[in-house]
Amino acid sequence: MTELVPLLKTEKLTMNFGGVVANDSVDFNLGEMELRCLIGPNGAGKSTFFKMLTGQITPSSGTIAFRGRSIAGLPSHEIARTGLGIKTQIPNVFNGLSVRENIWLSARRKNTPRMANLVVDEILERVRLTEKQSAIVGQLSHGQRQWVEIGTVLAGDPELLLLDEPAAGMTDKETERTAEIIREINEARAIIVVEHDMEFIKMIARTVTVFHQGRIMMEDTLKNVLADARVRDVYLGKKVVVS
Amino acid sequence: MDLAIILALDVLNGAASLFLLCVGLAIIFGMMKIINLAHGEFVMLGAYATVIATNAGMNIWVSMIIVAPLFVGLVGLLIERCLIRFLYGRLVDSMLATWGLSLLLIGLVTTIYGNTMNGVPTPLGGFQVGEYRSSWYTLFLAGMAVSVMALVYALLRFTRFGLIARAVMQNPNMAATLGVNPSRVYMITFGIGAGLTGLAGGLLAPLSGITPVMGAAFIAKCFITVVGGGATIISGTLTASGLFGLVNQLGAYFTTPVYGEVILFLSAILLIRILPQGISGRFFKGMS
Amino acid sequence: MTDARHAGLQSILVLAAATGVALLPLHLDLFALMQVTLFAAMSVLALSVAFIWGFGGILSFGQTAFFGLGGYVYAIAAINFGDSTNAILLAVVLPALFATALGYFVFYGKISDVYLGVITLTVTLILFNVVNSTAGEAYRIGIARLGGFNGIPSVPTFNMPFHPEIPLSPETSWWVTGGTLIAVYLLLRLILVSRFGRVAVAVRENETRAALLGYDTRLVKLGVFVLGGAIAGLGGALYVNWGAFVGPTIFSLSLSAEIIIWITVGGLGSLFGPIVGCFVIQWLVALIGSQQTFNSNLVLGAILVGFVLLLPKGVAPTFLLCLARLRKRYRSTTEHGSAQSTPHAGQLT
Repeated sequence: MTELVPLLKTEKLTMNFGGVVANDSVDFNLGEMELRCLIGPNGAGKSTFFKMLTGQITPSSGTIAFRGRSIAGLPSHEIARTGLGIKTQIPNVFNGLSVRENIWLSARRKNTPRMANLVVDEILERVRLTEKQSAIVGQLSHGQRQWVEIGTVLAGDPELLLLDEPAAGMTDKETERTAEIIREINEARAIIVVEHDMEFIKMIARTVTVFHQGRIMMEDTLKNVLADARVRDVYLGKKVVVS
Repeated sequence: MDLAIILALDVLNGAASLFLLCVGLAIIFGMMKIINLAHGEFVMLGAYATVIATNAGMNIWVSMIIVAPLFVGLVGLLIERCLIRFLYGRLVDSMLATWGLSLLLIGLVTTIYGNTMNGVPTPLGGFQVGEYRSSWYTLFLAGMAVSVMALVYALLRFTRFGLIARAVMQNPNMAATLGVNPSRVYMITFGIGAGLTGLAGGLLAPLSGITPVMGAAFIAKCFITVVGGGATIISGTLTASGLFGLVNQLGAYFTTPVYGEVILFLSAILLIRILPQGISGRFFKGMS
Repeated sequence: MTDARHAGLQSILVLAAATGVALLPLHLDLFALMQVTLFAAMSVLALSVAFIWGFGGILSFGQTAFFGLGGYVYAIAAINFGDSTNAILLAVVLPALFATALGYFVFYGKISDVYLGVITLTVTLILFNVVNSTAGEAYRIGIARLGGFNGIPSVPTFNMPFHPEIPLSPETSWWVTGGTLIAVYLLLRLILVSRFGRVAVAVRENETRAALLGYDTRLVKLGVFVLGGAIAGLGGALYVNWGAFVGPTIFSLSLSAEIIIWITVGGLGSLFGPIVGCFVIQWLVALIGSQQTFNSNLVLGAILVGFVLLLPKGVAPTFLLCLARLRKRYRSTTEHGSAQSTPHAGQLT
């Protein structure tokens, strides 16, 4: 794994807000086609980490390399163009537009109009929203809007997808479907998922990275992470796990 | 040397009037996040109240310092109840509605009093600095600015109302659970802001041409000062009025009064560009 | 409504408008014709704001800066060239360039939206102050005297392209103004179904999302703003052509307020509504101006306050909404579960 250039590599990535250190010297590696889960209690720095990766905030110090290219501090749209897409924690969609238009806007950036329409049709299938394509997104349920956002990000053809709490606020059935969608996406792309819902993590996880107080506490297989005493202590022990 | 003194007095005058003009707007904007585009008309109403009261035989000091703020403060309360309270959290709508209000007030005053009105003479007379003349009224304005500043500071810092007001502005829902009525705090805050603006109008009445559209001359200056000053009401407004008063008067001295104002506007726009964080753009992100 | 039906309705509307523009001189006396020419010139200005605010989400309180600049540029150029053709062109290009500079400063400086309103308003006041103070011999550009608060009188009106010896008659002038209005409307409609237009709407809807999809939102907003500036400049040239005069009041706050009222009344997010709003409000202002009992500001202010409080969507969208509801009710009673129409976003591009 180390002899290849990793898809994503951060070194000593640090973010200070005033005196608060949200991320402290994070060294993170992600291989091609990997599916990684990030867990950790609220305030552990997962969302801040995502925001730095996507250029929504500029890191205080440290480096981010995507395919060996430094992207730390670039504006969001340039990072997106290098092939990094994100579904943010709060659904971040075009509420006033239809499902189809949302996805089309993403597909049309790189494609001709004809191709874009084909891509949209395909994505709609994949996120199971073909029937809902002309609905206005703002009127959909929370879970469906999550899918719209995943679809929209996917239509931009990213090499790496960051999914911040993709299953939040979903029914059990929707959660299962989301896990299915994520596994399908992972057949062709790398994904990092931030989640609280351990049941959901269990559906998709292979390697898990645990954030705690802005740092990476451990990184291992799901089984080992769940067995780790420190993890239980800081995270699982305090939070009631949704089953 | 005499020239330097006169210039310093001019700057003091510019800064003091700017502070007096802006402090009411800064309170309403800083604490309630309402951009009151009828601010200039509140100034106008204060000036009209002063002139009408004085012409009716009232002592000019009483009409400036008591009648004007009281009248405009009451008008402010009325407006808050009838209009502003429906618009909290709707930033753009509140701008549009207060712009409409501004036209409405101009139209109302024009309909009642016509296009112009005789002003009041400047009280206190002048004094000589070498071969230049200045007026005592300038110093009085500076004194008033300092008093208003002290008053607002004390109000926010040491009174129960100030504490509640600051709490409500931080988190209205939390304050409501503590038994404070946010709606009432907003109402009073708006009334105080309006009253202070009326006071500015009263104090500037002797120096201005009294017309229904006189507010337009102040409005851009006030906004740019409050925006340039940033979120903190007193220190922000004070530094910005000091800076812009200086720029304005020096610009006017070296060019013409018109270009003095242009230079003020240009430097203010530059300041906003250079110091966007000082202007706390974060309050508005996403509220469009 | 399907896109196809929508497009059909649009074409009928535009055709009707074109016919109306062509035939109007037969039915109106000269005074009335001049009046509607003025309203049409103002409507071009209304379209510029309707576009940048309603579709680009950019609230400019100082669109009169570009309108006035267009007017002054046209006047100065027409006096110097003796021919209106290139003067009109300049009246579009220079305001667009000014909008580029101002827009770059604002959007690339990450100045938040609300301050944009304050800044544009301030820029308008700067222009007013500067132009107002240009009385006197010293202030001239070429052979055109700026005239300060007196403005520039007897500006040459439009002539046949490159034929200064043939000035346009009032009828032709109306055709040009009304025709320009329709052309600008069509242009904006086309832009709105293009990729650029759709991205602009997306940026209005959610700027962060648009950026995270890889769109440079600063550039998109700048493009919208510049287009708005160019159209406002064109409106300024039409306005000066109407009155053969331009003065500093073209930069006034009251005109800025009127634009906002046209849009609020006509409906934000509509292009047609603001034109109607402009015609109705300007007609109302002219009506009020002819009597003495009350002041036009009183009425305009009351209208603006009333609309914001009671009808924030404006007349046209509210009307359409009611229409849609009526139709829905009608449909659900007649044909249960009629086939859902599916608009395809990409189809029109």
